[in-house]
Amino acid sequence: MDEKGAQSTLRFILTAGCDGYADSLKRSVLVALWFMFLTFPIMVIRVDTIENTIDWRWMNLAFVGVGSFVLSFLWRWLLERKELMKGQAARESVVERLLTQASTIPSARLGLLVVVAGIALAFPHMAGMYQTNIMISCLTYIALGLGLNIVVGLAGLLDLGYVAFYAVGAYAYALANMHWGIGFWTILPIGALLGTLFGIMLGFPVLRLRGDYLAIVTLGFGEIIRLVLENWGDVTMGPSGIAGIDRPTFFGIEFGVMDSINYMYYIMLALIVLTIFCVNRLQNSRIGRAWLALREDEIACQAMGIDKTKTKLMAFALGATWAGMAGVVFAAKTTFVNPASFTFWESAIILSVVVIGGMGSIRGVIAGAIILILVPEYLRAFSEFRMLIFGATMVLVMVFRPQGLIRAKRKVYTYDKSTVAGAANE
Amino acid sequence: MSESVLNVNEICKDFGGIRALDDVSLNVRSKEIAALIGPNGAGKTTFFNCITGIYTPTSGDVLVNPKDGSERRVNGMKPNHVTELGMARTFQNIRLFPSMTTLENVMIGTHCRTKSGIWGAISRNGKARGEEQAIIEKSYHLLELVGLERYANELACNLPYGKQRRLEIARAMATDPFLLLLDEPAAGMNPQETYDLQELVIKLRNEYGLSILLIEHDMKMVMSISDSVFVLDYGRLIASGTPKEVSENPTVIKAYLGEDEDD
Repeated sequence: MDEKGAQSTLRFILTAGCDGYADSLKRSVLVALWFMFLTFPIMVIRVDTIENTIDWRWMNLAFVGVGSFVLSFLWRWLLERKELMKGQAARESVVERLLTQASTIPSARLGLLVVVAGIALAFPHMAGMYQTNIMISCLTYIALGLGLNIVVGLAGLLDLGYVAFYAVGAYAYALANMHWGIGFWTILPIGALLGTLFGIMLGFPVLRLRGDYLAIVTLGFGEIIRLVLENWGDVTMGPSGIAGIDRPTFFGIEFGVMDSINYMYYIMLALIVLTIFCVNRLQNSRIGRAWLALREDEIACQAMGIDKTKTKLMAFALGATWAGMAGVVFAAKTTFVNPASFTFWESAIILSVVVIGGMGSIRGVIAGAIILILVPEYLRAFSEFRMLIFGATMVLVMVFRPQGLIRAKRKVYTYDKSTVAGAANE
Repeated sequence: MSESVLNVNEICKDFGGIRALDDVSLNVRSKEIAALIGPNGAGKTTFFNCITGIYTPTSGDVLVNPKDGSERRVNGMKPNHVTELGMARTFQNIRLFPSMTTLENVMIGTHCRTKSGIWGAISRNGKARGEEQAIIEKSYHLLELVGLERYANELACNLPYGKQRRLEIARAMATDPFLLLLDEPAAGMNPQETYDLQELVIKLRNEYGLSILLIEHDMKMVMSISDSVFVLDYGRLIASGTPKEVSENPTVIKAYLGEDEDD
């Protein structure tokens, strides 16, 4: 019996998605040939410019052939398995299930929170300055991701120019500090407010747009802000940027470089906690529901009495608020800003954090930021393959988990059934 | 009983050179179940869209009388303001919010009757919490009314078709309407479901004092529940009156070409 089971499993793995052994063998051979052909110029031919000869590395061709032959079986099996799992109710991943279970048991939930908080608080003392710095930028992306999550994940408005608000915050601090010597703590709320204002400014003209059109307009808006920063040399110092921005002080006390980084880390951590708190409450509120409804069906949403204009503007404004704040922190951390930090690439990364993490899911966005920001950092050892692995990770996540790493879970509401007349059963 | 809640005066709607609605006048009285019928493409849904603000009529007046007695002209008003006045609708091709739960779908309906804003959401102060709890309870009551309380935490897209239609009615009810506009509520339902729906519509009228205007193709249902019937054909109102009058009207019989013996 057991042997038979093993045999059928083996058969499934080998022939997944194909008609039989012959078919799957044929497909894999074709895949192998295709990959050998594709990689031939880079993997096999090497021109030796000193000797003026060409090396033919035929061994590499064999490796590619065998490798892609084996991997094609694996690939088909994974795809087939995903299809099979689709029908089942339990489509939660192991991590999701663990998280759900942990959050239903109060003590486990508390324990988990304490452990996470402990690690987060002790991190700068355990790890070095380099690690702390990386972690600060990761935290910045979490804040940005959570802000964009309001616009893209909850309200369903695809925003490709989100980095513009980040730039607004950063330049607000840089300029105010350079001209008037205003400190970090004064600018933090002002930066947030400026973000809000710019969010509304962008929101008004794009109220009628949706989907692709909205994406293009926001993309343009992001580029406009960057070009203004680059070319308005008298005010923004142009491409050379603004240097020597003050680091934050602690009630007037200034820190050295080392302590300052730790201090920055804690500021960022506090900001993240505040962000999670606010976003979590917002998404389960009357307004959060209106955003979701807007994402799901705009016409039905209006017909149910939701003011589309107000709801959209609120999403844009609140999303931009966090970008503005994160911008101020960014300027204070690097003590230098220039337009090169606010390119479309940044917007794309922030959007990837939201999409890969799971649209509308706070835990998802955190997971997405950790993977997308930390993976390339720690892969520096394999410098040449770094971006290749980064890209492959994104492709794999999107193929196998299109809904994101950790999906958004709807809140389960409790209602008092005793007040309901005639609810005799249960 | 006799005062009218919806008064439509000679509205026209043009799409380019095509006149989809041509001088349609219609009157729905308080606590009345009125039906709007007509062959496919007669302009019934266009009519609904015109009076709920999704389209602006080319000419004519749409006047409503909310409970407070003041007459309001709703031409060109935004759909959400029309809903706020107290006209709620359902859609022919179901338009629920698929990835929200059944309860949340109904909770959306209460949006225009509640007020808590950003600050209320973040601070979760007593007022916001009270309002939230009231919303949940009201929505749950409405789910009970349409018999969907068992599915409260189920995603709306996982409900069977007939139940989705009932959910749309519950969601519309959550906006506290005085006039309910149902666009083919029985489409795609089996006879039992249609019968249950009929009971529900009558219950809504009797217990909640609603006026109801419905578009329907199921003649058996139309003839048995409606107080008055309006017939549209090619954008024109060709007949109106009690179900009996309409079913004996030769113009209507001609428009339906043989479908008239249906009841």
